[in-house]
Amino acid sequence: MDALGAIFASLYQFGDAFAFLVLSACGLAIIFGMMGVINLAHGEFIMCGAYVTVMANRAGLPLPVAVLAGAVVAGAIGVLVERLVIRHLYARPLDTIVATWGISLIATQGTLIVLGSTMTGVGTPLGSFELAGNSYSTYRLVLMGSAVAVLVLLYLFFNKTRFGVLARATIQVPHMAEALGVDTRLIYAMTFGIGAGLAGLTGGLYAPTMTMVPTMGTTFIMEAFVTVVVGGADVFLGTAPAAAALAIVKASLTSWYGQLFGQIGLLIAVILVIRLLPRGVSGFLLRERA
Amino acid sequence: MTTPRRTSTGSFRRLLGRLEGPQTMGRGKGFWAGFVVVLIAACGYPLTTDGYTVGNTVYFFNWVFMALGLSLIWGYGGALSFGQTAFFGLAGYAYGILTINFGDAYGFTILATLIAVAVAAAFSAMLGYFLFFGRISGVFLGIVTLSVTLVFERFMAQTAGPEWKVGAARLNGFNGMSGMPPLTIPWPGGDLVLYPDIQLYYITLALLVIVYLGLRILVNSRFGNVLVAIRENPERAEMLGYDVRKYQLGAFVIGAALAGLSGVLYTTWGQYITPSSMGITAAALPIIWVAVGGRSDLTATVIGTLVVLAVFQALTIYGSQYALVVMGAFLVVTVLIAPEGVIMLIARRIGRLLGRGGKA
Repeated sequence: MDALGAIFASLYQFGDAFAFLVLSACGLAIIFGMMGVINLAHGEFIMCGAYVTVMANRAGLPLPVAVLAGAVVAGAIGVLVERLVIRHLYARPLDTIVATWGISLIATQGTLIVLGSTMTGVGTPLGSFELAGNSYSTYRLVLMGSAVAVLVLLYLFFNKTRFGVLARATIQVPHMAEALGVDTRLIYAMTFGIGAGLAGLTGGLYAPTMTMVPTMGTTFIMEAFVTVVVGGADVFLGTAPAAAALAIVKASLTSWYGQLFGQIGLLIAVILVIRLLPRGVSGFLLRERA
Repeated sequence: MTTPRRTSTGSFRRLLGRLEGPQTMGRGKGFWAGFVVVLIAACGYPLTTDGYTVGNTVYFFNWVFMALGLSLIWGYGGALSFGQTAFFGLAGYAYGILTINFGDAYGFTILATLIAVAVAAAFSAMLGYFLFFGRISGVFLGIVTLSVTLVFERFMAQTAGPEWKVGAARLNGFNGMSGMPPLTIPWPGGDLVLYPDIQLYYITLALLVIVYLGLRILVNSRFGNVLVAIRENPERAEMLGYDVRKYQLGAFVIGAALAGLSGVLYTTWGQYITPSSMGITAAALPIIWVAVGGRSDLTATVIGTLVVLAVFQALTIYGSQYALVVMGAFLVVTVLIAPEGVIMLIARRIGRLLGRGGKA
C-alpha cells in the first residue's frame, strides 16, 4: 500500500510537471514551429488570459466559460499584434524577438498602471482528495487532463481540418500555397492568434492556482522556452516528448531539492541537449525516421 | 623622450589609421576634431555643475560598457544575447563577496574588479561554448541566454536566509547585497576612496574612452571584419575557412566581460547590488539602448545609450511604470521604422548632407 502510494505520488508530480510544461509551451511552439517567430510576449498573453478569466469569473461566469473567455480575448489581441507589428518583420526573425519584447514591456507595465500591483484571484476549485496518507489537489488532475486534451485537439485541428491543411501548406511552401489561392496573410494572422489564444488558455487554467500580479507571465516563460528549445520546431514530435523528458527532470529535482533546483536542472538539461541535439528532439526524431 | 619627432607622428598616424575602418562610422580630421571637442567638454563638465549631477553622469557612464559589449555581440556578431545582465550581476556579486571578505586595503578593490570581470568572462566562456559549439540558431541563443538570466535572478532572490553567505558576505536575497567598499586607489598620504564624485567621474570617463577606442581598433581589425562577415553570411564565412564558432565565442566573452565591468562599476557606485538589477525588465534595457542607438556602430551605441538613459530618467519622474511603457514603445517603433537605430539614421542623414556619406 505504501509502495502504491509512493508510485502514485511520483506519477502525480510527473503529471503536474508535464502539464505545466506542455501548457506553457504549446502556444509558443505553435507560433515558432509554424512561423519561425519567437514570441517573447508569450508570458504576457498568459497573464492576459489569467486576468480576463479572473475578472469574468468574478463577474459571475462559471470558471470553465471564464477560461475560454480568457483564451478568446488573448487570441484576439494576438491577431491584432500580428496585424500591427509582427506582419512587418517576417523577413527579420531576430527583430521579431526584440519587437515582441517591447510589447511585453508595454503589457506588463501597462497592466501595472491600469490594474495595480496585485489583484484578488479566485480560489482553487474542486478541493482535494486523500490517498495513502497524502493529500492531492483535484484541480491539478484537471490541468493534466487539459494538457493531454490540448495536444489531442491540436493534432486533430492541424491534421483533420481544412484550415489545418492550408496552414501546413503555407508553412511548407508559402508562395506555392499563395499560387493555389490560399490567403497566406490570413493564415499567419490566424496561426499567431491560435498561439496567443493557447497562451491565454494556459493563463486561464492556472489562474486559480496563482497570485495575480502583472509579472506572473515570467513564471511560465522560462519553462516554455526550454521546452521549445529542446523540442524543436514540431509541436507533436517535439514539444510533447520534450515536455515528457523534461518533466522527469523537473519533477524529481523539485521533489528532492525544491522548485528552484527543478528550474536549474531544466536549464542545465537544455544546455546539454543543445550541444548534443542542435535541432531539438523533433530534428533528431525526423532524421531517424527518414 | 628620445624618439625623433618624425617617427612619433608616424606611429600616431598608424594608430589613428587602426581606429578607422569600414566597421565604424566617422573618419578623417572632421570626426576626430569633433571627438576631441566632445572629450574636452566631457572633461570640463564636472567643473560647471554640482556633485549630484556629476555622480549621476557617472551612473550613466557605468551602463555604456554593457551597451558596447552588446553592440559587439549583437550588432557586429549578429548573435542576439539577452544574457548581458546575468554577467553584470555575476560580476557585481563577485566584487561584493571579494571586497566584503578581504577589505579594501592595498588597492585590493582594483584586483577584486579584475577578478570579478574575469569571473563573468569565464562563466560566459563556459555558457558560450555549449551554445556556439552546439551551433544553435540565432533565435534560440536569445531565449537560452534569457532563461539563464531569469534563473540566475531567481536563484539570487531566494538567498535571503542566513545560510546563504560566502565568508562574511551575506547574499541577502531579494534585498540584495550592500556595504561593499567603493573603489580605492592606494595613494601616498592616504588612500583615494572613489565615491561618486569628480575623481570617480574622471576615472570612469578615462575607462570609457579606452574601451571605446580599444573596441574601434578591435572591430576594424581582422577579427572585426570576420565577425561582420559571419553576421552577413555565416555559411560563406565558413566556406572561406573561418571557424565561425570561435569568432562568435570570442565576441560573446568580450561582451560579457564588458557587462561584468559595468556590473562592478555599478556595484561600487551605489555600494549595493540586487537581483532585480538583472531581472527581465533590467535585461530589456540594454537591448533598448543599443537598438535605439544603432547596434552595428560603436559611436551610435554610446550616443544612443546616453540619450535613452537621460530620457528614461527624465520620464521616471512620472513613475517608472510610465517610463518603461514609453521605452517599450520606443523599441517597437524603432524596430518597425528605423531597424538600424535612430542615431544611426540621423548620422547617415548628416553624412549625406555633408556630402561624404557615413559608413559604406
